Order: sequence, then C-alpha cells, then structure tokens
Amino acid sequence: MRDFSYHRAGSADEARRAATLPAAMLLAGGTTLLDLAKCGVTEPEQVIDISHLKGLDDIRVDAEGAYIGALARMSHVADDAGIRGQFPAVSEALWQAASQQIRNMATIGGNLMQRTRCAYFRDPATFPACNKRAPGSGCSAIGGVNRNHAILGTSGACIATYPGDLAVALTALDAMVHLGERSVAIDDFFLLPGGTPEKEHAIEPGEMITAITIPASPAARRSTYLKVRDRQSYEFAAASAAVGIELETDGRTIRDLRVALGGVATKPWRARAVEDALKGKALEPEAVRRASLLAVEGAANHGGNHYKIELAPRIVARAILNAGGAA
Amino acid sequence: MNVIETRQRGEASDGSGVGGRHSRIDGRLKITGGATYALEHRLENLTYAVLVPSTIAAGRMTAIDTKAAEAAPGVLLVLTPDDDLGLATASDWFGNRAEGSYRPLIPEITFNGQAVAVVIAETLEQATAAASLVKVTSEETQAIAGLDDPRAGEGNLVDNLTVSWGEAEAALAAVPVKVEGEYRTPREYHVTIEPHGLTATWEGDRLTIFEPSQWTHGMARSYAEWFGLPYENVTLISPFIGGGFGSKATASFYGALAAASAKKLGRPVKLAITRPQTFTAYGGRAATRQKIALGASEDGMLQALIHRGANETSMVGTWVENTGAATPLLYAVPNFSSENRLVPVNTVTPGALRAPGKNPSAFGIESAMDELAHALGIDPVELRLKNHAERDPQSGKPWSTRQLREALTAGAEAFGWSRRSPEPRSMRDGHTLIGWGVAIGTFPVIRAYGEALIAIRKDGKVEVISGAIDMGQGTYTILAQTAAEALGVPVDQVEVRLGDSSLPGAAVAGGSMLAGVMTGAVHKAASAAREELIALALNDPNSPFRESGANTLAIANGQIATPRGDGPAISIAELMARIGRDRIEVKRDTLPEALANDVGRMKAWTTMSLMRAPTDGDYSMHSWCAHFVEVKVDEDFGTVRVSRVVSAFDCGRLYNPKLVESQWKGGIIMGIGQALLEEGLIDPRRARVVNNNLGDYLVATNADIPDIEVISVGVPDPHASVLGGKGVGEVGIVGVAPAIANAVFHATGKRVRDLPITLEKLI
Repeated sequence: MRDFSYHRAGSADEARRAATLPAAMLLAGGTTLLDLAKCGVTEPEQVIDISHLKGLDDIRVDAEGAYIGALARMSHVADDAGIRGQFPAVSEALWQAASQQIRNMATIGGNLMQRTRCAYFRDPATFPACNKRAPGSGCSAIGGVNRNHAILGTSGACIATYPGDLAVALTALDAMVHLGERSVAIDDFFLLPGGTPEKEHAIEPGEMITAITIPASPAARRSTYLKVRDRQSYEFAAASAAVGIELETDGRTIRDLRVALGGVATKPWRARAVEDALKGKALEPEAVRRASLLAVEGAANHGGNHYKIELAPRIVARAILNAGGAA
Repeated sequence: MNVIETRQRGEASDGSGVGGRHSRIDGRLKITGGATYALEHRLENLTYAVLVPSTIAAGRMTAIDTKAAEAAPGVLLVLTPDDDLGLATASDWFGNRAEGSYRPLIPEITFNGQAVAVVIAETLEQATAAASLVKVTSEETQAIAGLDDPRAGEGNLVDNLTVSWGEAEAALAAVPVKVEGEYRTPREYHVTIEPHGLTATWEGDRLTIFEPSQWTHGMARSYAEWFGLPYENVTLISPFIGGGFGSKATASFYGALAAASAKKLGRPVKLAITRPQTFTAYGGRAATRQKIALGASEDGMLQALIHRGANETSMVGTWVENTGAATPLLYAVPNFSSENRLVPVNTVTPGALRAPGKNPSAFGIESAMDELAHALGIDPVELRLKNHAERDPQSGKPWSTRQLREALTAGAEAFGWSRRSPEPRSMRDGHTLIGWGVAIGTFPVIRAYGEALIAIRKDGKVEVISGAIDMGQGTYTILAQTAAEALGVPVDQVEVRLGDSSLPGAAVAGGSMLAGVMTGAVHKAASAAREELIALALNDPNSPFRESGANTLAIANGQIATPRGDGPAISIAELMARIGRDRIEVKRDTLPEALANDVGRMKAWTTMSLMRAPTDGDYSMHSWCAHFVEVKVDEDFGTVRVSRVVSAFDCGRLYNPKLVESQWKGGIIMGIGQALLEEGLIDPRRARVVNNNLGDYLVATNADIPDIEVISVGVPDPHASVLGGKGVGEVGIVGVAPAIANAVFHATGKRVRDLPITLEKLI
C-alpha cells in the first residue's frame, strides 16, 4: 500500500471533478477500496472522500418505483420497508451479501463498483499477468484454479466473475444507474470483458454514481433472490438467480417474467431466453425446468467451473417456481 | 499483566474444585479487550519488519537488488540471504542439535511464498511499501505443485510406520465381502484469529520476546541457541494466545530475523505475519491420500485390513502426517497391513494441525467401515460394536480405559439412531435429502512432566505460577481449581500466572497433554504447600494451634481448624499474620528421581524427548469418541448443511466439564469446516496457494453450525494422569469428517472420498 493524498470533497460536483485527476479514487464505504489497496491491486494517488456528503443516501419508494441514493448503506436498503415490500429480490440479495459488518459500511454505489474475487486479479506480485489489471498482460485464471470463474460472457482475455448479488436483482428488475447528467440502464452499465476487461462499467471520467432507480412492477413485487453458496454466510454465490414474476388472473399463466443470474458470468446476466420461453405459458414445473436450461446457452467451462453449467439452470428453475408459488 | 485473578461468576460458577463447571477466569479480560496479546505490546522506539516472499516455487535466487528499498522513506535495514546474521543452529524438538550456522534466509527456493528478504522501517506502512521495492532475480525450475502433480510420484516408504500382523493379502482374497477405496484430504490451514509474529527487544545480552506460544520454554531455548545465549538470558512472554491448533509451538525463521534485526539496530522490532503469509510462513496440515481395503465374513466380522497411505512433505523437511495413526487401533482384525509414504513437493514444510495423523487417518478407516456396513447390510453402529477391540491390537496391551462401546451406545440413544431408515436416499423433506452418519475417533494419551510454584500470601490468597500456557483451552481456570481443591481454599482466592519462560517448567501444549501434566504438577505443589502450612501452624511458637494437641489440621474454605473442630479456627491470612510470614513458596515437579536434576529439567521443559508414548508402560491409553451427524442435502444444488450433531466422549475424568465441552464442540466445529469447506487451492503452474485469505479459504461461520450435543461417558483413568483425565483438545475433531461423509452417503447414495464435500461432487 503506497502513500496517497486524502481529500474530503465539499460537494458531489467537486468530487466528480477531483475524480478526474490521475489515479484518483472515490472513497465511500471503503470496503472494496481498502481491500484492493492492501492487495496492491489499486494504488490510488488521491483518495476523494465522499462518505459524508449530504443528500446522497436517501431511500424513497412510491408508486412509480424506488430511488436509492448512491451513499445509502447496504444494510439500510435491505431493511427498508418499501424495498422489502415492493422489491423483495433487492432486499434478499442484500441480506445474503457479504457480512453484517460490511453491509453496515458498504454503500450501494460502491456495491455496484465492486471488483471480481478472481485470485489472480488480487495477487499482482505472484501473477503479473492479468488483462483486467494490466491490459495486454494475459489471463492467469485460464489454466489456473478457476472453480469460481465465469461460464458466461467470457472472452479470451478474461473469465473473471462479477461477484455481487445486488446488481443481479437490479438487472432482473430493469434498474437505472444515474450518473449525474445522464442515466444508463443497468444491463448497459456493466460491460462484457471482450478485449478490454479493464473497462468494467459505462462510466466516464468526471462521472459518479449518484443514485439507482427501480421501476415498480407486479413482477418486481413478486420477486425473489436465490443464492447457492458453499457456506451459509459471508460467501459469494456459486450461482444465484433473481426472478420476478407476474401471473395472469388465472393464477397459473405467466404474464411477465424477469430472470437474471449471478456468480456465473462476467457481468450480472439477464436470461431473456428463459423469460421469452415461459411468457404466456403455464407455470408448470417440468416446463420451467426445461426453459431454465436456456439460461446457460453458450456457456463455456474452464475445468474447475464446469459444475456451474449444471447448477445455474436448477437455481433458475427453483427461483421461478418459488416466486410463482409452485415449488 | 499475566496474573489472572479468579472471580465468582454467579450461577455460571459453582465455585468448586476439580470437576466444577467454573467459567473461564480469563474470559472477562478477553471479552473486554483487557488481555494484551503479543503483537499489542507498545514498546518505545519500536520498529517494524515486513517479509518479502518469493513469487516462484522452485529455483535459485541469483541476485537481489535492495537499493530502492534501502532508499525508501523510513527504511532502517534490509536483510537478504547475503547477510550472515551470525546465528547458530538450534535443537530440534527432541533436543538434537546439528553443528553449524543457521541462515533464516537462503537463496535456494523450494516453495512459493518462501521469505527471501526482510525490510525494517520506522513504520509498518514504510516497511510494507519498501518490501515491494526489493527486486529478486532467480533461475526458476519446474515446481511440483502438490500431491496430485503427476511428477510427484509415489513417494518414499517410511519404514517405522509399517505395521503388520497376520496375512492381510491372503485373508482379503479369501473373504466373501470386501470394499476398497482411496480417500483423500487436501491441504488445510490453522487460520488462527490471532496471526503469528513477535516483538523482540534486547537489553545488553538479554533478549525478551513477546510471541504467542504453545511452549514458552521450548521456544526460548531456540532463541538462546540461535544467539549463543545462556537459556536464562531469553524470556519469552505469552500470557494469551488467540488460537494455536499446533501452529505456535516452534520458534520460526521470522522470529530469528526479528531478534537479529533488533540486535543490529539496537531497537525493538515487531514482525507481524500478514494473513496471506499465514499460508506460507509455516505449514498447515499436509495433503494426504490412503487406499484402504477391508474384508469381512458375512456375519460382519473383520478379517483383513490393508492400508496404504501417503502424505506430502516439503523438499527440505520431513513432516509425517501418519494416515495410519488410527487405523490399527480401532477394531479387532486378525490380518492387518499398513504402509505410509512421504511425497516431497514444493511447499512449506507442513506442520501439526489439531490431531495430526489421527484426523486424516480416521477419515479413511471410518469411511471404509461405512462402506463395509453398506456392503454387508449391517447397521454401521452394530458393525463397530461387533468388531470392538478388547485390547490394543497393535501393542497387545490392555486398554487403560476404553468406554467406546458406551460412547456408541449413549450417542446412538441420544441421537435417536434406532429410527434411522437404513437405505440411502430413504429420508427426505421436499427437495431436501436427509442422511444420518456415524464415525468414531481416537487420540492417544501422551504423558510428560511439569513443574509448578505455589505461593501462599499474607492476605490468604494463593498464587499458582508456571510457564505453561493457555491458548483458550482453560489452563488458567483448571489450575486454579486444582490448587483450590488441594489447599482447601475457595477458587476465587487463587490467582494464576502463566505464559512466561522464566517461570517454572512445563511441557508443550500439544498432543492434548498439558491439562493432565499441569494439574498433576499443581496438585503436587499445592498439596506440599498445604502440608507446609499445617506444619507451621502446628509448630510455630506464635500459632494458636501450637497448644491444640492436634497432630494435623484441616483446611477448608480458606479456614484452618482442628480436625474435629474443637480448637481454634482462623483464616489463612490470620495464621500468616500470627506466625509473621509474608509468603510461603513451594515448588514441585513431577519428574522421576532419575531426571530430577538440571539436565533432566532442561530436557523435560525444552524438548519433547521425555514425552511418553500411549503404550509406554503396562497399558495402551487413548481418548475415544463417537460422532452422530444429521445432514440435509439439497437434491438439486448439492449443498450440504449439518443440521444436528450428537457426540459421546471417553476422555476419562473431566477437570472442568464446561471447558471440556467447549473443547469438544470446538473440535466438532472445526471438523464440520474440514468436511465441507476447507481446502488450500494450489495453482498448478506456480505451486501457490491462491485462496490465501479469510474471504476465500472458507472456515465454518456460525450459520453453518447447528446445535451440538456432547456427552461424557468417561471414567477416571488412573494410569493416564494424576487426577484421572485423558486428553480432550484434539479428539473432538477426529471422526467428524467421516461421520459427515457417511451421512452424505446415506442422504444421497453418493460416496465422497475426497474432502471437502463441495456441491459439485453431489450434483
């Protein structure tokens, strides 16, 4: 960890300007920044503290949807009555993420910006090759220990998994990410690695996440987040699914369906093929299981992570059936 | 700072002596942050040392460039293999000492993470930054990454671990029912919450080390030998230890570096091992594999057992993780053969981790017994009872005590085993498959020697003083209880002082033996102090008992009285005042006469050469247990959750059941992690453990642990220790992993023979 200068921003605008300085990083909850600085992955020269800024931590839920300020804490959002009532998948995803201590510190904006847990990304001294860290240097995870690496959205340059839970729920529910002057649909906010895995988000110098909005919908109201992991707490997903569902008045025909996957892809992974296959169909276990296999269309394994191809559709199916009340 | 005063704890304590459920007397200090751990000592003028690890696993360092590091802000010293620190070799655990000099840093690289330099600076941040500037040039050779590396080979036979009787091969060929399997355990790590490290400080030719230690005397000896000092010139202080599990019983290269740097600089040096370095600065449990073949007659009587085991070790050191440790002890079998091999790979030398040998050994034999029970169609508890060994099959000696039948029976009863439906996949609840499994465990009684000083003060309080340690197992508390009972004072009048190599001697806190050793020493010293107090009370001209006509006195609850209560009755404090004494000190050790000399004491306190094997003498002595486990397995996801554990133990007499139960549960919890989560993942190309942090090396969290019921079925074992206890610290983990694997088989019909049992093995 090298020396850096610390600047306490006076306003959001000032913070955004300061963040354009060379090797400048915004500091909110600090749970990712500090961790990566200790690993030697992030070596900021300037740290711009925004954690104290006023007006950026609101949580409001009304008939139109939810507004979540970028500095709202994970634990506050998870426990918000409006979020729990209108967007249960969001609350559930947050409750199952990280540890209580981290949830109490980490902010929503920072949560979206968290980096991969790829062990090779996190160990620059031993594994200099990492296209995400050092563009063009290669990928050490390919051919290495890759049990937790992605099966979807990978490229020859990077197979690192997007690790978060919240963004998976937000992706299923069509959230918008607000960057001050403009807003981006969450599915466009996260970028595929392609040949530029170092560029993870559609965010430009001088921009800062200010808020997230989620449109209200019947599917959002009837949503759930199912996370499967090696241990029961404080662990990233082996695979997860966020599902929102709306049934016709007959109580069995699927009118609307939203499905996103976590723990298996290089970004939060919207499974529109599953949605399209089931919309208008009856919520019937066998059909749901069959359609859920479409969630891993095009998946490629790298040895250690082959099990995710089998596991992810099963989680999708269970989550759809749970959300629809047919489990 | 390391004097622990006992306090009454209301209902949590019944205040009684040995056998009472007294709460930990160091508990309050620990939960209030009042306990000062080794790395928390703030010495004046302190400097900070940071290790530079190798990023290759095999080869030779050809050059090291320290210019940039030396020029960095705050840097005081950089040591590399080029620096001769003038150290001499230290003795091994058994007191054998090779000639020559000792170099804690060498240019030959045999594992990824091996330290190649150390940087000392004014602050930790400066030292950390400068450490990253050290440039190493190496000639790299191809590493053998681990036991599974095809180039690792079959390894070398360990001759003294070959055990056989009868004709195992022939008998196996002749039996009607046989099972064969290969069982594997991965590298596992201690992940103690308190990381390793030390602060070293010199005053002239006297060296003081603050370092968490399972063995103050043994580690002090290493420092003395490295620096050519008389043993007395080194003081190693370790009143509290935040978890050891076998990893804090040895002075290590980083200790030598910190002390040598402190000497060069004339300032104290603190060296804290970082969390990633805890995976390479010392060894975890070696990876193991073992092939086991069992043969039985149709009625379930074992006829043959063939065991072929191997464990990894390093390229430069020998660590035997004996997968045959429990194999010959558990069952009566007329034909037996066991061999073990060592496979050198590019790793740090593995080390002792809770129940070394016995733990992976039990995973093999107890999984195999479950496979045999299934093949025979016999209940696994019944199979174990049927093949109960009436005496030690290997040594032929009778057991000192063996309540294993009782453990199996009591555990089965408490668990409700009779309601088990025998077929795999026959118990379920919706998507959840339910399985019940059983396995047994064992751990030897190892005996050694100890020494304690008892002081009676003029205020009537009693001090217990020893260099033995307490790493959370309860040494402070049980020694207070032992002294209280022997002297006849309330336990809250006893203060205990531990964890300092300048105090009376003790054996290593390893092999589950310290409680038995030290209660024996304290009992002896406290009984002698009582006799001395009574003699003074009867004979001192100013004592009120001098004219009492009694020829002995009774001491109870801190009061001295004539045996029939017909004379004076006064407190110990009053007696001390009357006879004009400030302090009475009595020191005793448990050494036999032939060893009760300076040479014998040095051997007993600073080496393991006087430790006595479980079969040394007329009996074979071991602790025993039986674990009963329920698991719930999601049929789609393969996730295993342990939902219930009942374990019954024979550990002889329990000095403090409350603390023993904690030890047992701690072992079971660690066993759940071992069974389901823990595995050092090794990059096959760079031979590096890549999940070297608490986020990625998974240990069980509270959410993974169900209610655990523990039952004692032991009886006092007079051969095992002075007060009748057998070891409790390690036996709890032995047999947990196979009980879980057996339950998983019962739930799913899938036999997992390699740990941990992760979800991809079940979907």
